[in-house]
Amino acid sequence: MLLQRASVLLIALGFTAFAFIMAGPRAGLLVMVGLGFGLVLEGLRFGFAGPWRMIITDRDGRGLIAQLIAIALVALVAFPLMAANPGELVGAHAPVGVAMILGAFVFGVMMQLVMGCGSGTLVNAGSGNLVGLIALIGFIGGSFAGTLHLGWWTGLGSLPVISAQGALGAQLGLIATLAGLALVAAVTLSRAAPGKRMPPARLWIAAGLIAALALANLVIAGQPWGIVYGLGLWGAKLAQAGGADLAASAFWAADGNAARLSASILTDVTSLTNIGLLIGAFAVMRWRAAPGAQTQALTPLSYLAVLGAALVLGYSARLAFGCNVGAFFSGISTGSLHGWVWLVAAFAGSILGIRLRPTVLRPAAAQGAYA
Amino acid sequence: MSPASLSRPLTATLAMLLVGGILALDLALAGAPDLFTAPSAIALGSGAAPEGAHCSGN
Repeated sequence: MLLQRASVLLIALGFTAFAFIMAGPRAGLLVMVGLGFGLVLEGLRFGFAGPWRMIITDRDGRGLIAQLIAIALVALVAFPLMAANPGELVGAHAPVGVAMILGAFVFGVMMQLVMGCGSGTLVNAGSGNLVGLIALIGFIGGSFAGTLHLGWWTGLGSLPVISAQGALGAQLGLIATLAGLALVAAVTLSRAAPGKRMPPARLWIAAGLIAALALANLVIAGQPWGIVYGLGLWGAKLAQAGGADLAASAFWAADGNAARLSASILTDVTSLTNIGLLIGAFAVMRWRAAPGAQTQALTPLSYLAVLGAALVLGYSARLAFGCNVGAFFSGISTGSLHGWVWLVAAFAGSILGIRLRPTVLRPAAAQGAYA
Repeated sequence: MSPASLSRPLTATLAMLLVGGILALDLALAGAPDLFTAPSAIALGSGAAPEGAHCSGN
């Protein structure tokens, strides 16, 4: 056990040092932030897709309330910080549009089928969940495929980028954001059953740590926490290695994206935190005395369905300008209207996704419900 | 190999190998980053605009 834990430390510290040496101090720091996300998400069981399912099916609002607390904590610091440093820090601001709303709805459906959102997929794969590993492969492919058609989808119509700061100013924008979060919390509390309203200490701690890490991400990278871009970039790298000419893609020919494509993954912010997150979840699983049982085996057709759902999950995340992290968490906490619209659309999608789960995810043997 | 035989440690190792493989392939094709153009350690206070890409961008 001691050797196992030493090897876990070696992997985590080794990759941090590798990123630091290869790509500079910012890369090393971002890997550490990612490691922190992985440790907290897996170690304290803080998630996004699961709590949404719990409030819908079990009237358990504790996880969702913890998410709202974390977002509010980030907003409290991020709004004044971005206002004071507009040239150095940017928010996760994106336009609301037809494809964005559709993408968020479909993402909500699919994340309930693969049992993980953007961060959840990485955490699940890193902690040894087979469905998570299959979902990660699909997510990488889907988020890359989404970049190839993004121009067509956004051409269906969208509003200009609207932010709370832009519309109301930093102070009023923050107040409006906190009021919005309080409203969602009130609706959650009214829906939740008695005894399932206030988060336990574990989730309070997790919310505080996730908020601190998200702020560290903002301060170090100059931009909020994100997941999807990095996974799409990995898909583009694989496609390029396979001989695909991405110069013909409007998305990958754009200056910033072309630069990311030609540079090392170690220079990409979201890739660094994604890798850190995966290693963090891996570390928690290996640190435990017992790693836990594998999720219940599914029928081959169900595993195929998970792969398909994950492809659509990644694709729709690209259209929606982010997943639970990039759009919902970072979008709302840095004032983007699209984060709020994403929340409504993805939550509606989740309701449908939960209904589809028993049909799509069929256990290989009748040994009880799928966990 | 049936799904049931894939333990959590084995599955997690496969995930790590997947990402490690992508990273190794990328390093082989794109080369190592140029440390002389690396950004400052922390964006806040650097005076530079953030260069990173985000999922909210298009």
